[in-house]
Amino acid sequence: MDFLNAIITFANFVFIPGLAYGAQLALGALGVTLIYGILRFSNFAHGDTMAFGTMVTILVTWALQSVGISFGVLPTALLALPVGIVVTALFVLGTDRLVYRFYRKQKAAPAILVIVSLGVMFIMNGIVRFIIGVDEQNFADGGRFLITAGEFKTATGLAEGLAIKTTQGITLISAVIVCAALFWFLNKTRTGKSMRAFSDNEDLALLSGINPERVVQVTWIITAGLATIAGVLYGLDKSFKAFTYFQLLLPIFAAAIVGGLGNPLGAIAGGFVIAFSEVTVTYAWKKVLTYALPDSLAPEGLIQLMSTDYKIAVSFTILIIVLLFMPTGLFKGKSV
Amino acid sequence: MSAQRPARGNSARKNALLFAAVAVLFIGTGFVQSWNSSLGILNMALISAIMALGVNLQWGYAGLFNIGVMGFVALGGLAVVITSSVPLQDAWRAGGPGIVLSLVLGAATIGAAIVVYQKLSRGRLRGVVVLAVLVLGFVIYRAVFDPAASAVEANSPHNAGNIGGFGLPVLLSWPMGGVFAAVAAWAIGKTALGLRSDYLAIATLGIAEIIISVMKNEDWLARGVKNLISLPRPVPYEVNLQKDPGFLAWATDWSLDPVTTSSIIVKLSYAGLFGAVLLVVVVLSELALKSPWGRMMRAIRDNEVAAEAMGKDVTRRHLQIFILGSAVIGVAGAMMTTLDGQLTPGTYQPLRFTFLIWVMVIVGGSGNNWGSVLGGFLIWWLWVMVEPIGLLLMDGITAGLADGSALKVHLQDAAAHMRLLTMGVILLFVLRFSPKGLIPEK
Repeated sequence: MDFLNAIITFANFVFIPGLAYGAQLALGALGVTLIYGILRFSNFAHGDTMAFGTMVTILVTWALQSVGISFGVLPTALLALPVGIVVTALFVLGTDRLVYRFYRKQKAAPAILVIVSLGVMFIMNGIVRFIIGVDEQNFADGGRFLITAGEFKTATGLAEGLAIKTTQGITLISAVIVCAALFWFLNKTRTGKSMRAFSDNEDLALLSGINPERVVQVTWIITAGLATIAGVLYGLDKSFKAFTYFQLLLPIFAAAIVGGLGNPLGAIAGGFVIAFSEVTVTYAWKKVLTYALPDSLAPEGLIQLMSTDYKIAVSFTILIIVLLFMPTGLFKGKSV
Repeated sequence: MSAQRPARGNSARKNALLFAAVAVLFIGTGFVQSWNSSLGILNMALISAIMALGVNLQWGYAGLFNIGVMGFVALGGLAVVITSSVPLQDAWRAGGPGIVLSLVLGAATIGAAIVVYQKLSRGRLRGVVVLAVLVLGFVIYRAVFDPAASAVEANSPHNAGNIGGFGLPVLLSWPMGGVFAAVAAWAIGKTALGLRSDYLAIATLGIAEIIISVMKNEDWLARGVKNLISLPRPVPYEVNLQKDPGFLAWATDWSLDPVTTSSIIVKLSYAGLFGAVLLVVVVLSELALKSPWGRMMRAIRDNEVAAEAMGKDVTRRHLQIFILGSAVIGVAGAMMTTLDGQLTPGTYQPLRFTFLIWVMVIVGGSGNNWGSVLGGFLIWWLWVMVEPIGLLLMDGITAGLADGSALKVHLQDAAAHMRLLTMGVILLFVLRFSPKGLIPEK
């Protein structure tokens, strides 16, 4: 019984939150890795693209709520999501046309493109703050839990409960659908294949008649979709605050690099590696160990390796270790 | 390197005009608003110019992409607290030696792990031993550190709870800020400088965030988010000046308001100190740039492979200039905390302390020290003034709307966020239409 309780506690506080967070990071990292693969620079505006997409979705959600439309037990934001994706896609296509294309034609150095993306980041951050402000926004509605801790306890008779939030369930399901759709697109469709060809060898792709501008446009549209979905899922699960999305940049980059920049499969793996490391290192293991170990060995302290405030240090440490010992990431990325 | 480079005298005149234009901005602020606020902006502009010079050393001279400026600024601030805040004997007795010992043990653990890694040959054994050393070291470190830190924090937590400083003169903390930043830069450089440019960027971004979270959460160090206030000042206090009979007599002689005058005098003395440091940094940077060392740095930046083939140790030179640039930023960070008179880790934000400095360097002209100085002054003035200007603009736009209408209130609130937008637009415009900046590299 104690052993089961230990497992349930572990699932409740480590496994399920880590899984949801990992899925959010993976979706974010997919966007970063696609931009890196096709446009060949690290897009520092990605966090703010997520914030922008989430902001549009929130505004549409509010509009829907005000006319009395809801989505039953599911959050209304899911109905608003397509609008958010379209607006964000138009916005990033606009920035590409106005800003990035010029440097692409010039074949500017990656560092210059990164600085340019910093400029775009400033502007997007400014727009988001301008429109929705800096306050925390809670926009999750519908059912709160798939299973509450209390229901779980009465159903199983265990001392520990297992709570699964609706948003966590939605996060996982949508992440699976999005990833499956993305891989189907990249591997089976003509456009997707031309994207992969362009990423592998630009010159060869150009010679075989692939239109680079079209590849770039499709990449931006997909990235906008991924960023908006990731941002909305994160916002539903936690809450929306313009500034936190900027801070997600580090774990997202860590995930993309750990997996191997430019490699979509790696981005997903990297997202979960980073998420589970952050959660396990900052979780206080006392309760789980008390259940799992015999009484004589039960721990006295909290058994917390690091306080939760340092979770950023965890993703950073993993990032550095991977960069130093396997610079192309767990899965072979294209970066040297 | 274009053929039609403008004549030297011509560009010197243009630069003088640019500096004169920025001077007009500050003098104009003095006349339109008040000299007090103009000098307030000037003091931070001087500090920003020094930070921009530090970034320019790294990026302009050597092409190193450091976006962890905020971390070095914060370390400079920490140096002020450690060097010059009042010593707390009780706190030190309670846990000082324990904390120092634990930090030494922590460093020794990492050192031992590195030694083991280098000595043992490749294989599973090496991984296991390194891991064992790290885990054991971490357990010992926590065992020594935790009780010592809690003991320090338990020492009158309402007004202290930190380990205290050395009580040394605050001016001494400025070079100490440089030393703190340099040590951190050495550690970062040793690990991350071999990486490609955008990896270095992400690594420095991460380090800066970690430095800030350490300063926020380690209350024993500098009280964390409880902030450490009333740090000593290198210049007299306004209230003391106002009580000084000599000063009062002088003020009445010139028929000046003693309250305003005292604050202007304090700000002017700060400006003098900061100006002197800025001058030293500019002169040293210019000398370095024109020396063989500076030429070598630029050669490395422009073609690393060729420089390496000529026998230059690229990694060592990169480490050297990374440390130098970070030290300059650290000095500026210490100066800023001295000006504020308090250390508030919660207020360090990357947009303000890292990316704004980058805007200064790019707009001023990367690779040119005078450009960085100009960029520091201009961008800082804009950063401060965009908000009131934006508010005026919003008042104009919303004049037609009814008072208290939701849209009007929202638009007026939003004016506060105009600065980020403006900075982004300026950065993109400069990068697009004048990528070498206002004062291009010669």
